[in-house]
Amino acid sequence: MRTKSELKKRIHALDFAIHELVLFLDTHPTNRKAMALLTEYRNKRTECIKEYEQQFGKYFVMAEDAPTDGCWEWLKGKWPWEYKED
Amino acid sequence: MWKYEKKLQYPVNIKNKNPKYAQIIISQYGGPDGELGASMRYLSQRYGQPFDEVKGILTDVGTEELAHLEMVSAMVHQLTRDLTPEEIVKSGFDKYFVDHTAGVYPQAAAGLPWRAEYIQSKGDVLADLHEDLAAEQKARVTYDNLIRLIDDPDILEPLKFLRQREITHYQRFGEAQQSMWNDNGGAADKTA
Repeated sequence: MRTKSELKKRIHALDFAIHELVLFLDTHPTNRKAMALLTEYRNKRTECIKEYEQQFGKYFVMAEDAPTDGCWEWLKGKWPWEYKED
Repeated sequence: MWKYEKKLQYPVNIKNKNPKYAQIIISQYGGPDGELGASMRYLSQRYGQPFDEVKGILTDVGTEELAHLEMVSAMVHQLTRDLTPEEIVKSGFDKYFVDHTAGVYPQAAAGLPWRAEYIQSKGDVLADLHEDLAAEQKARVTYDNLIRLIDDPDILEPLKFLRQREITHYQRFGEAQQSMWNDNGGAADKTA
């Protein structure tokens, strides 16, 4: 079973791979290999998020998706620019 | 980090081009109280804030200002499309055109390029929030002035939307300031 931080790291890595394919497809819009890879990474990302949410609750990185169970979760925890001890 | 959404926050569809109007609207792109300065001001100020409510509102308003930057750019772009050399010279757009053609460049109405001196990031929550309240009012006045000078409903609709957003942001910054006084950081609305 993957830990919370392992899963987050995996989702972020997939986000980056997807972004990289987006740039590549912008200049190679008919490249089937890149399109297939994009689909593969999108599916992997969906699976990772599912695994994350089964164990740790809603996965969110945008205010628009932040949970509101009694309080506004968006403001909680460290902000991305803040130093975190491992 | 940021992701792009392929849409405008509020639609911009201007039937009649008008390079004269473009030259004054561009001030809300790169002028002293424009949207470029607004976004850079709030997004830069985030790092010096001690309270989560303030970090949150600066992040979320700063992000919205980037969307406003795109709306203002869309207006300038649509108002300067398919121009003839005669239209360029007659409207006085020639002075802009010679340096930027029909590209969108961050400058004030009078031609001064965008400057970082338009903004401040002081690393102090009191100083920064006061600057932000003033900035929203100055941007609101600039939209008021544009609305006074422009006579085309296609342009006035998005301008009125943007003017209203300045008022909403002013309200939220005021509440952020209020939250700062509650137990050194806490909800503005303590009854929630």
